[in-house]
Amino acid sequence: MGESRDDKALREAVERWSEGLKEKLKKRPERKESFINTSGIAINRLYTPLDQKGADYLSEVGLPGEYPFTRGVQPTMYRGRYWTMRQYAGFATAEESNRRYRFLLEQGQTGLSVAFDLPTQIGFDSDDEMAIGEVGKVGVAIDSLKDMETLFAEIPLDKVSTSMTINAPAAVLLAMYIAVAEKQGVEPARLRGTIQNDILKEYSSRGTYIFPPRPSMRIITDIFSYCAQKVPQWNTISISGYHIREAGSTAVQEVAFTLANGIAYVQAAVDAGLDVDTFGPRLSFFFNAHLDFFEEVAKYRAARRLWAELMKERFNAKNPRSMMIRFHTQTAGCTLTAQQPQNNIVRVAFQALSAVLGGTQSLHTNSMDEALCLPSEQAVQIALRTQQLIAYETGVTDTVDPLAGSYYVESLTREIYDRAKAYIEKIDDMGGAVAAIEQGFVQREIQESAYRYQREIEKEERIVVGLNRFQVQEEKPANLLRVDPAVRESQIRKLKALKSERDNDKVKNTLEALRRSAEGSENLLPPILDAVKAYATLGEICNVLRGVFGEYRQVDSLGR
Amino acid sequence: MAQDKKIRVLAAKPGLDGHDRGIKVVASALMDAGMEVIYTGLRQTPAQIVEAAIQEGVDVIAMSILSGAHDYLFPKVMELLKEKGVQDVLVLGGGIIPDEDIPALKDAGIAEIFGPGTTTGEIIQFIKENVDL
Repeated sequence: MGESRDDKALREAVERWSEGLKEKLKKRPERKESFINTSGIAINRLYTPLDQKGADYLSEVGLPGEYPFTRGVQPTMYRGRYWTMRQYAGFATAEESNRRYRFLLEQGQTGLSVAFDLPTQIGFDSDDEMAIGEVGKVGVAIDSLKDMETLFAEIPLDKVSTSMTINAPAAVLLAMYIAVAEKQGVEPARLRGTIQNDILKEYSSRGTYIFPPRPSMRIITDIFSYCAQKVPQWNTISISGYHIREAGSTAVQEVAFTLANGIAYVQAAVDAGLDVDTFGPRLSFFFNAHLDFFEEVAKYRAARRLWAELMKERFNAKNPRSMMIRFHTQTAGCTLTAQQPQNNIVRVAFQALSAVLGGTQSLHTNSMDEALCLPSEQAVQIALRTQQLIAYETGVTDTVDPLAGSYYVESLTREIYDRAKAYIEKIDDMGGAVAAIEQGFVQREIQESAYRYQREIEKEERIVVGLNRFQVQEEKPANLLRVDPAVRESQIRKLKALKSERDNDKVKNTLEALRRSAEGSENLLPPILDAVKAYATLGEICNVLRGVFGEYRQVDSLGR
Repeated sequence: MAQDKKIRVLAAKPGLDGHDRGIKVVASALMDAGMEVIYTGLRQTPAQIVEAAIQEGVDVIAMSILSGAHDYLFPKVMELLKEKGVQDVLVLGGGIIPDEDIPALKDAGIAEIFGPGTTTGEIIQFIKENVDL
């Protein structure tokens, strides 16, 4: 036992150094009494090798591409291949969105990311009363396979990977994608992409739920099982911390609540009889890149280690791929300011850099004008160029996990890991993520953090450049991108035409078959695919499922 | 008497938008400022909001939309309030609302629109100065 001679010398040197500072600090104190990051972790003045004492490098950090994957999921990381540059986009109509996707592909983007409008995300057709005012607003309106065919016209689905931000009706949109591919002559087995399909964070943070948790979990396990057989390269879920963070959580809570949701999905699938290694490798994750640079880098590293351990130790995964967190990152929309919007370009660049230094597999960089409106083409181009600058010019991609070994980053990584693990144990004690959400625990935790953050800004304990300091008088920007209100009418016309052209008996029969499957326990994907191919609409399909499963009503109030 | 009466606020999320961070932060701040706040939860139709406002007898309706549907939903709420003969309620809007949309919303009867970067203090002050108890 006891410390080595080197350790002792270092400890004494640090003590002497701290002692010597005392006088200086009296004359010239630091900017703040204490330095605390968003997760409530107190940041020390100095980190040294002493902070690494007791840490076991191989079991806690290890080598890239090896368990516990703290340093990254691939052995060569960006020396082999850059991350996928994937900008989330979707406009009013399938025609317009198709044009934007082809523009982005020509600009060197390497994957598509589809934004759907809210009626689509909540399973309403554009002619539904609930859809008034919302059609085409935050993304593309998809009512049937017809719209999906237009959306991907002239885009070879065997060449691109497509991410779809769709949750409650994810099975329907995935079925539409498979059907479009078949029409292009592309086998489902060759399709690459992701559906978000993460319903638990919809209840706690994002709001586009349809059905109650139990049947929603069944749909998700049906998707896992179907894709393992038929669409093996597809990422069947993107377990998302992004929206949890946007809703106001801290970095530690983002890791904890995301992985707790992940545990719930894996447990549900295992309970449904699936082998963890058949679906485990297709689970993907989605994190936020927020402002505190080192906290974010440490967060990604901590999340990788924690998930790897959970999959190996709790679920007995054998395939290393089941233990890897492969994740997409998006820069934090909630940090963008409407004031001096060009500052957002710089904010986004720092955030994107943290994601790259944290080892992300794909990245969306926000556009500077997103606190004002939907992004313009020029703003999107700068956002994409920001990623290209990091990749091609900064040199940070030349070695794997370059911040590893930083006394600070390794300490933070361990601290975030420990705190997230403690949260997960608490959620386990409550009965898991579904129960914690049903009891409003997760919502309350997020809400308290959000309120604290806002109070810090208002008390100017937290400085937002251009908002509560360094303000200027400025003209509000004009000519913002707007959605043509006629979109709803044109979607309604298309729906009418579709319903008069299609074989309505076939639609009726496929919907009836779907209802029977939903009432039973067989996999829902085949009957959904049949209904989609018969040109049943998204709303018709979801209404059948609503009839069987019921609808979720938000339980949470203000948590007080 | 009048100064003892607590200001009652309905915090509402009209439409399909799920962004509730802002409305919940505002609701918490209004409560801390001594107001009574009833939060509707997500996905309320204009009719449901007006119904809740009447049943709860609120002095203020504070609505938030970040999906762009404010141009339809905010005026619809005002239209239904008028239909029901409700005139003494202060109606506020917040969220991502382009400046050029604000005049039309004010014409429809929305008292004020609060955009990104607004402090909760500004909202509290506005309510206290303009509410009709």
